[in-house]
Amino acid sequence: MSKKEWPLWEVFIRGQHGLNHRHVGSLHAPDAEMAINHARDVYTRRKEGVSIWVVPSKEITASSPSEKGPLFDPAESKTYRHPTFFDIPEEVGKM
Amino acid sequence: MYAQLVKSDAIKSREDMSPEERAFQDRVDAGEKIEPKDWMPEGYRKTLVRQIGQHAHSEIVGQLPEGNWITRAPTLERKAILLAKVQDEAGHGLYLYSAAETLGVSRDELLEKLHSGKMKYSSIFNYPTLNWADMGAVGWLVDGAAIMNQVPLQRTSYGPYSRAMIRICKEESFHQRQGYSIMMKMAFGTPEQKEMAQDAMNRFWYPALMMFGPSDKDSVHSAQSMAWKIKINTNDELRQKFVNETVPQAEYLGLTIPDENLAWNEEKQGYDFSEPDWSEFFEVIKGNGPCNRERLGDRVKAWEDGAWFRDGLNAYAERAAERRRAASVAAE
Ligand SMILES: [Fe+2]
Ligand SMILES: [Fe+2]
Repeated sequence: MSKKEWPLWEVFIRGQHGLNHRHVGSLHAPDAEMAINHARDVYTRRKEGVSIWVVPSKEITASSPSEKGPLFDPAESKTYRHPTFFDIPEEVGKM
Repeated sequence: MYAQLVKSDAIKSREDMSPEERAFQDRVDAGEKIEPKDWMPEGYRKTLVRQIGQHAHSEIVGQLPEGNWITRAPTLERKAILLAKVQDEAGHGLYLYSAAETLGVSRDELLEKLHSGKMKYSSIFNYPTLNWADMGAVGWLVDGAAIMNQVPLQRTSYGPYSRAMIRICKEESFHQRQGYSIMMKMAFGTPEQKEMAQDAMNRFWYPALMMFGPSDKDSVHSAQSMAWKIKINTNDELRQKFVNETVPQAEYLGLTIPDENLAWNEEKQGYDFSEPDWSEFFEVIKGNGPCNRERLGDRVKAWEDGAWFRDGLNAYAERAAERRRAASVAAE
């Protein structure tokens, strides 16, 4: 009996034309071609997509939870990056 | 439910928690989702592997009693619908195995534990499906009971489990409705058809009630799981809710719920009903139900008979990768 497990793939689906591919889940498959076939069977049975990407899970590098502070905290104090930071007088009109 | 008897730890008081455990509990209490790489107590991880694994096993073993009727469906349309429903269940199994894998077990490991009897699946799938009316009863009552448990689990604290549940819940409603639609056809058909519908209801009622697991007074250690938000409601709460919703549906069909003690209780705004035979439940869990051996045997056989195919695809993938390597070396 087979002892070798099929590797894990992450699946990304474009829901509609014009939208980004979004991560929808993962699955096992021996190669990329089969991963696409499985993704189509598992994740698009109700017309959920128009395009599929598959990526070997082991190829994904993730940020670690302990880096959350250094990575994301600096954005907190930079509210001037949002348009609502600036008060534009009404007389100026739409901007 | 689909995970009926999940062993878990006794609840820890706040004073006994380590600083990490306390911070973890605070995140759960605040409704934050726990993700695979986050720190988590070992007990949380272990309990989740058992629970999600049992749930995944139930989805795929649950295909067997219905698979039995795909080739015997009364019309081509019913056949296509049942096939789609059973295919959904394979997908549910896959979503859940994937969620379990984020906790550091592999799917093959979990399957091995199912096949060797070290892990359980829901007791309900150890009952036989004797005729077409049973397809109605299974969709209506069994998937109906599953939905009761799965809807609140969408809010569970573990991110991958919660996302799997959201996906599953989107598909379950179709399952219950196709079952009820079969029941309507039978209950409003000839007297013989109605009798079959009633007989199916008689056989599936108590096993469906057992799906929620033992009564709260006999449920061990669910307090810790509830504190961790990997269990949202108690077994008895969900069972009561299921009965309350199912009684009017049975009345509409003109079917009788096989329980002399069933009566509306104005005070609790719910039905009083008889408990299932718990000794039967524990016997089925132990492996002595009417179909335990057949179900597990079919699972193991399917896995073993598919080995040549999995191996073939592996061999093909390896050859193709070698050819690509050779081609890129030649091109250099
Ligand atoms: Fe399911
Ligand atoms: Fe279902």
